[in-house]
Amino acid sequence: MLSRTLLLGAASVLAMSSFAHAETLTIATVNNGDMVRMQKLTEDFTKKNPDIKLEWVTLEENVLRQRVTTDIATKGGQYDVMTIGTYEVPIWAKQGWLLPLDGLGADYDKSDLLPAIDAAVSLDGKLYASPFYGESAMVMYRTDLAEKAGVKISEKPTWDEIADAAKKMTDKSTETYGICLRGKAGWGENMALLTAMSNSFGGRWFDEKWTPQFDQPEWKKALTFYVDLMKEAGPPGASSNGFNENLALFQTGKCGIWIDATVAASFVTNPKDSKVADKVGYALFPTGGVENHGNWLWAWNLGIPAGTKKAEAAQKFVSWATDKAYTELVASKEGWANVPPGTRKSLYANPEYEKAAPFAKITLDAMNAANTTKPTVKPVPYTGGQFVAIPEFQGIGTAVGQQFSAALAGSMKVDQALQSAQALTTREMTKGGYIK
Amino acid sequence: MARSVTTQRKLTFTILGWAIGLLIFFPILWTFLTSFKTEGTAVATPPQFLFFDWTLENYHEVQSRSDYMKHVTNSVVISVGSTLIGLALAIPAAWAMAFSPTKRTKDVLMWMLSTKMMPPVGVLVPLYLIFRDWGLLDTRLGLVAVLTLINLPIIVWMLYTYFKEIPGEILEAARMDGASLMKEIVYVLTPMAVPGIASTMLLNIILAWNEAFWTLNLTAANAAPLTAFIASYSSPEGLFWAKLSAASTMAIAPILVMGWFSQKQLVRGLTFGAVK
Repeated sequence: MLSRTLLLGAASVLAMSSFAHAETLTIATVNNGDMVRMQKLTEDFTKKNPDIKLEWVTLEENVLRQRVTTDIATKGGQYDVMTIGTYEVPIWAKQGWLLPLDGLGADYDKSDLLPAIDAAVSLDGKLYASPFYGESAMVMYRTDLAEKAGVKISEKPTWDEIADAAKKMTDKSTETYGICLRGKAGWGENMALLTAMSNSFGGRWFDEKWTPQFDQPEWKKALTFYVDLMKEAGPPGASSNGFNENLALFQTGKCGIWIDATVAASFVTNPKDSKVADKVGYALFPTGGVENHGNWLWAWNLGIPAGTKKAEAAQKFVSWATDKAYTELVASKEGWANVPPGTRKSLYANPEYEKAAPFAKITLDAMNAANTTKPTVKPVPYTGGQFVAIPEFQGIGTAVGQQFSAALAGSMKVDQALQSAQALTTREMTKGGYIK
Repeated sequence: MARSVTTQRKLTFTILGWAIGLLIFFPILWTFLTSFKTEGTAVATPPQFLFFDWTLENYHEVQSRSDYMKHVTNSVVISVGSTLIGLALAIPAAWAMAFSPTKRTKDVLMWMLSTKMMPPVGVLVPLYLIFRDWGLLDTRLGLVAVLTLINLPIIVWMLYTYFKEIPGEILEAARMDGASLMKEIVYVLTPMAVPGIASTMLLNIILAWNEAFWTLNLTAANAAPLTAFIASYSSPEGLFWAKLSAASTMAIAPILVMGWFSQKQLVRGLTFGAVK
């Protein structure tokens, strides 16, 4: 009896000491399907690394951005791994806030990353965050409505072609609207679309001397086109529609064409939630007279803050979550259609993935068409496709977005909106020291 | 004739009261209903009110993904803790200001309230640095301290107005009868101020429960209360409205039940003074 008690005691002391040695990684992440899936697969990682425990903090995107920015800027040390976007990576890497990822292991294979994505998360050839999933933007349209309206959308459409198709598909008596585009104000909402759209019309945010370009004809053309098209063929109340609102409209059959992030394709083709799952066609982001498909590129990446004391364990985790083996793990548990898309060449070379995801080829084409280091036809002093990768952009982008949202709602004229965008951007850029 | 007018007026007011009540309650009801829908039905147009396939799937999903009990415990500790400490500090302060006012009492009160006028984000970084250096980030203790300080002006103001309603003569009479200061507080003032203290307490627990700036910004994995639990189900890319509704329903349920049971106390306290 005594020996058994002793044995039990010894065992529990051992168990406790091993528990005390276990390192706990705190991972901040956003709430989207791929991240939630990763959270559910934690066990695979902890089985392979019994000395590392994982603690998840999932937050809404904007809350997460504010939260991790405060923490990293003050070296708060609350997180060991952070989920950050392609907007943050170059800015934070330059500040020295992120650890360069040089210990991801031999299986990581950096050369397998899609070139556009690799460029977006690297600085001076060094990787500062590891891409988890990536996206560009493309046209999604209802093949049945297009057929009914007698229109054909080519693989590389122009904006005129899209407008013509949208107008013909619109049937307001059945609440079917030809086109759904983002209208909700925000740098990551309507300004993502409108910046990419202006790029495709030959426009740019700033010239080489950081002078705002809203007074140039390209922006006027793009914004006028957008407002007119949405008035004629868009849904009512479009100025408050973001990604989710348009997704709801499209998958309940109310939209003919929806131009948005490529990741939407997996939602609208999912028969569980979408009424139009088997009637979706795809095309590249439209062009407006110049050879530029908008250069929309976004990826959610895992980065390690420079302040962490658990860098080695953190790199182990980042490597597990973003290498090729993880893709296979997800495929074996949840099927190929559910693997995180848009980061690796090998995924698009995989015939099984192509079979499971009919939108694979067009997604790859869209991502390959994006170049965030040269986003516009005319030269610019910044990088970033549907955004400008400078710290001030969140504030300026949202303020400009409010003007353009007002133009869409009809409470402001296009010229007025452009004028006030020009004035406020000039003011902020002067304040920021860009304009001397 | 006069009687029928009264009935008619009563009826009008009853209907109007119910209509306003339902209008205010509708978002909560809608959240509750949505939590039993599938993600597809949640965004269906036209919206489906009652006749859909009810499912508990969202609650199951939320339960399996998050540690609900941990968040509830944190919420209870933070809201009750900060309220009790706040009351312990505010009762003597309000007492002094109500019964022995000086020339500057009004100014002091206004100064206290002025601390609420600054947007909290203005002091986020300094406070974050203090928390980091003192090791208070992501701890319940840190949040209790912050929420106590944030709600203190409101607690003092509420108690001050309640105490002001208590006639000083009663206290004087007690003193005439030989009551000590302690006895005066315990046997005379407290029983008279209980409704006021109770409603202040309830209101502050609700305020602390719903506080969503500091509780989100100063916590990570350990001390995160229900506000963080809700925030983890909101997504800009992907429709998770049904799950978000389930998480919201679970987050407001405890405070709703508490409010339900204490509504008599709450209403009595809030109208205290008005019916004198």
